[in-house]
Amino acid sequence: MSTLTDLTIAEALSGLAAKTFTSVELTDAHIAVSEAARPLNAYITETFEAAREAAKASDARRAKGDAGALDGIPVGIKDLFCTEGVRTTAGSHILDGFVPPYESTVSGKLKAAGTISLGKLNLDEFAMGSSNGSSYHGPVISPWKRTGSDVDLVPGGSSGGSAAIVAARGVMAATGTDTGGSIRQPAAFCGIVGLKPTYGRCSRWGIVAFASSLDQAGPMTRSVTDAALMLNSMAGFDPKDSTSANIAVPDFSKALTGDVRGLKVGVPAEYRVEGTSPEIVALWDQGIEWLKQAGAEIVSVSLPHTKYALATYYIIAPAEASANLARYDGVRFGLRVPGNTLDEMYANTRAAGFGHEVQRRILIGTYVLSAGYYDAYYLKAQKVRALIADDFRQAFETCDVLLTPTAPTAAFGLNETNDDPIAMYLNDVFTVPASLAGLPGLAVPTGLSSDGLPLGLQILGRPFDEETVIRVGGVLEAAANFSARPTFGQGA
Amino acid sequence: MALDQDTVRRVATLARIKIEEKDLAPMATEISAILGWIEQLSDVNTDGVAPLARVVNMTLPMRDDVVTEPDQHEKILKNAPQSAEGRFFTVPKVVE
Repeated sequence: MSTLTDLTIAEALSGLAAKTFTSVELTDAHIAVSEAARPLNAYITETFEAAREAAKASDARRAKGDAGALDGIPVGIKDLFCTEGVRTTAGSHILDGFVPPYESTVSGKLKAAGTISLGKLNLDEFAMGSSNGSSYHGPVISPWKRTGSDVDLVPGGSSGGSAAIVAARGVMAATGTDTGGSIRQPAAFCGIVGLKPTYGRCSRWGIVAFASSLDQAGPMTRSVTDAALMLNSMAGFDPKDSTSANIAVPDFSKALTGDVRGLKVGVPAEYRVEGTSPEIVALWDQGIEWLKQAGAEIVSVSLPHTKYALATYYIIAPAEASANLARYDGVRFGLRVPGNTLDEMYANTRAAGFGHEVQRRILIGTYVLSAGYYDAYYLKAQKVRALIADDFRQAFETCDVLLTPTAPTAAFGLNETNDDPIAMYLNDVFTVPASLAGLPGLAVPTGLSSDGLPLGLQILGRPFDEETVIRVGGVLEAAANFSARPTFGQGA
Repeated sequence: MALDQDTVRRVATLARIKIEEKDLAPMATEISAILGWIEQLSDVNTDGVAPLARVVNMTLPMRDDVVTEPDQHEKILKNAPQSAEGRFFTVPKVVE
């Protein structure tokens, strides 16, 4: 049965349709791996029993000829998506005991497509982090290890549980959210595919908000085709999210033609950032070569404001977070720590409920929005953000997609994390600019470091042109033929 | 821009987060380091640049102003740490 967990979604759907196996069998196989993977701490809440029941119902639907687009496929849901009747924590102590009375639009759409949720996946607290180290529910451990080493590595973040359990083959796909790189960076660290759609492509309704002008949901899978299939069921206009785009959702899997002849691939000079691993620079050059060989035309482009993207992000994201997280006040849901006055109760609750990284970001956000500093920080950042977005607009006048590294290094050790927050922020140097511009980005695993860890490349596209991004991703995937498997599950 | 402890105390009050006196200094150091790093934005000439209002060009839709989910008291109060009579959230006394 172990081979069932090696299938892609596309293969599993064929097997289910041909009655080679049932969703109950497929789900049981993934539950068994997820149970074996418990030391990775990828789940915050397991819903295995409910999954078994849902798989039975899926098999019954299929027998009646009523199967949905992803019927019977075992998935995991990042614990930032509210799920009706299932505890939702956002990786924080402050949401203790919160059981949403409603379902987020995206997780609801996946359920309606027939997916089977195995549970809620671990993440950095309120999605703030790049290592999954800020979760109240403990760090996630990557299923990968360096060759000949037993050091535990981070899965990346914030969608660390999603990346780890997809790579470990405990689910076929997971949802992630990406504010500054939280889908793409963990996908790169864990050797899987991560797709951040255009801002507005997927509804944000029912997703615990971090930075509302940046947050976007997307799929994390083991193939580009699977990412396209997942996005088909996740995307679409939602009247409950006024920033979701009211435009048609194509069949993204049809974009995988394998043909990039004549396509113009931009290579931004400014992404040759100091501190990037030489292996990643070499892999980037290899990626350029692969696409050239496939018939694409390579063009040099300039994104002159790239180096200001991180500083811009670390004003805008905390500012929006400080507003969004004001709702956690001990009154309506979650944790309450008593106080003699209402204000004292608020302050005690928020001191006990938020972790250090979240507190610091709220304080920075509050400061940059406070009287006298708004113009110098927040307004300035929004102006630089406009320049960053304009850089991309101009680049896309001469190319169709951009090819860049996803992260500057391979995964680092759980205990190798630097106490310097700025060093941690640099993980997102290649992902943050496109987040600020709202553009779609796809992380594809394309190679291994000399010590056996996955490395990846990123494809960025024009707004709402996920199809071209996916098309190029498919070609890159085929050329790289990434078949390395994580250490976990290799019978060690 | 270096933040002193008084500023951190004031911002923490605005943000309604209780910070112990002993934690004010380290927090001030951390935030100052981040704000110092952010200072690099002053190198960017933004004269005449309009702040970005939305990343994707679209007009926010209008909807009819109608009640769509009437009487959800039970669902809304279900997650409250404290509530009363099935109708109200309760908080510490705010009027003397």
